[in-house]
Amino acid sequence: MTEARTLAPPERRLAEVLESRRVGAYTLITAADAGGPADPRPGQFYMLATGAQWGGGSTERPYLPRAFSFARARPRPGGGADLDFLLEDVGPGTHRLGLLGAGEPLALVGPLGAGFGPAAGDRQPVLVGGGIGTAPLLCLHDELIEVGAAPTVILGFRSGAHAEAVALFEREVTLSTDDGSAGRPGLVTEPLRERLEGGPPATVYACGPPPMLEAVRALCAEQAVPAQLALESGMACGFGACFGCVVPTREGYIRVCVDGPVVEGARLRSALVAGGGDQG
Amino acid sequence: MSPESPALGPRGADRSVALCGVPLRGPVLNGSGTFDAIAARRAFGDALLERFPFDLFVSKTITLEPREGNPPPRLWETPAGLLNSIGLPNKGLEGFLATDLPQLAELPVPLCVSVMGFTRDELAELVERVDARDEVSLIELNVSCPNVETGLIMGADPDETARAVERLRRLCTKPLVVKLTPNAVAPGAVAAAAEGAGADAVSLVNTLKGMALHPRTRQPWLGGGSGGLSGPAIRAVALEQVAAVAGSVSIPVIGMGGIASGGDAAEFMAAGAAVIAVGTESFRDPAAGRRIGDELAGLADHGSGKHRTEGRAPAPDRGQGSGAHADPPS
Repeated sequence: MTEARTLAPPERRLAEVLESRRVGAYTLITAADAGGPADPRPGQFYMLATGAQWGGGSTERPYLPRAFSFARARPRPGGGADLDFLLEDVGPGTHRLGLLGAGEPLALVGPLGAGFGPAAGDRQPVLVGGGIGTAPLLCLHDELIEVGAAPTVILGFRSGAHAEAVALFEREVTLSTDDGSAGRPGLVTEPLRERLEGGPPATVYACGPPPMLEAVRALCAEQAVPAQLALESGMACGFGACFGCVVPTREGYIRVCVDGPVVEGARLRSALVAGGGDQG
Repeated sequence: MSPESPALGPRGADRSVALCGVPLRGPVLNGSGTFDAIAARRAFGDALLERFPFDLFVSKTITLEPREGNPPPRLWETPAGLLNSIGLPNKGLEGFLATDLPQLAELPVPLCVSVMGFTRDELAELVERVDARDEVSLIELNVSCPNVETGLIMGADPDETARAVERLRRLCTKPLVVKLTPNAVAPGAVAAAAEGAGADAVSLVNTLKGMALHPRTRQPWLGGGSGGLSGPAIRAVALEQVAAVAGSVSIPVIGMGGIASGGDAAEFMAAGAAVIAVGTESFRDPAAGRRIGDELAGLADHGSGKHRTEGRAPAPDRGQGSGAHADPPS
């Protein structure tokens, strides 16, 4: 796989929040990142913190920045990019980020890590997302459409409120929810199996919670379908310094932040990461 | 060898210091294991070298044999700090010398290699082999590990430390730095033992032992069970230990522990540190070392202005040592 990595400036910088809006159960933040590159690769991520009042909440946290794949990037006329991030309030860091309003500073480092690589040969792209893991599939989807591919999109959410994020795709997707309140009830692996068994040769691109990723990895392994999985792991730094975000592979531990987050499924025995993601 | 380190003047002035005779462009190091310059170059490219955040680069600790490190999860965010259980993953001595050292030699600053051995023979082999490499300017001994022969944490016991350093001192032509653990009854006594055995400098603090429980299961969160705490949460503890050690030895003290600003750095220097190191703050901003160096240089007055980088200077007056700079701590 050709490494999909746009380099980051070697320092934290401030972007300006242009907009923060609710998308169902999520918050979509758009920030003007004039100091960063215009062309981050789908699947790369940024370490985010608020530019002010980061820390000192009711738990005297957050302290560390939080890792987010960007959802979309639009080049800015003067340089840099307007970046979209999809947030869910699951802890003190994501909560604080969700309180950001237009005009406020967003501190960021990135883009970091290796993103999604091109599909092998003439295989058709199948994008599989779960929950907040939908985010990096948005820019990947846009890019695939731009080059004339016809990606299939299969998304799963906990509930109808979370599934409102589907509207961000602006195209038809196959939707399922855990509670059946939107789309078909059940897991993404059911429509994925139908597509892999009934359609032309595919490459799968997936991002979502570890149990979903593991189910996708196992299914793709069974069907001998190449899979690129965007992993999540608790991180302190995002650029290989702390060695904290490791996941086991067939060749030993790798750091999700510099060796991933996108990893070929064949390298993993399991996508279930001990301890799951970060502390929110 | 550089002359006595100049007082650090205002921004733009000469910030150079010498540490054990090694000339440095400034007084900011990284704590061992808190910055992987090779991985960072993958993320940031050669811009990292052009704007390198440190004035001396300290490698991650290497051991004789390769280590995978501890099972995940390895991290836990605490109030104003980070608990980690990484377990010293590294390529081992041979892998380091063959693969990592040539890349670290491309950095624009001198290099200090951190080593750890589980026996005195292991330490001797590590030090001899690293000492033979021209790319290396200093060697740091990570003594925060058990000696499997005695069962004692080397750095927790003055005699253990002295015995290890004495033998290594004879094998080593380069300055030898002993990284002290804060998990000792009397770090000042360990530091004095290291000095007596021939150490050229001491660095402190390493992480403090700590633990976190899974919020639901109440079982240890970290794969390694317990871990080491770092960040601003430990700054006051570190400052006290730096002051105590600086009062116990005449060799240079490399001070660290939660330093996040130039004001913090000035406090550690006022407490007796010759140079300082940035660790966990680099996780929040890869350029933290450069920012802290700039802030430190920008402080009009950060204590006496004379820092002991060549040793044998009088101990600081610790009764007044920490209040002499202009800015309050952040």
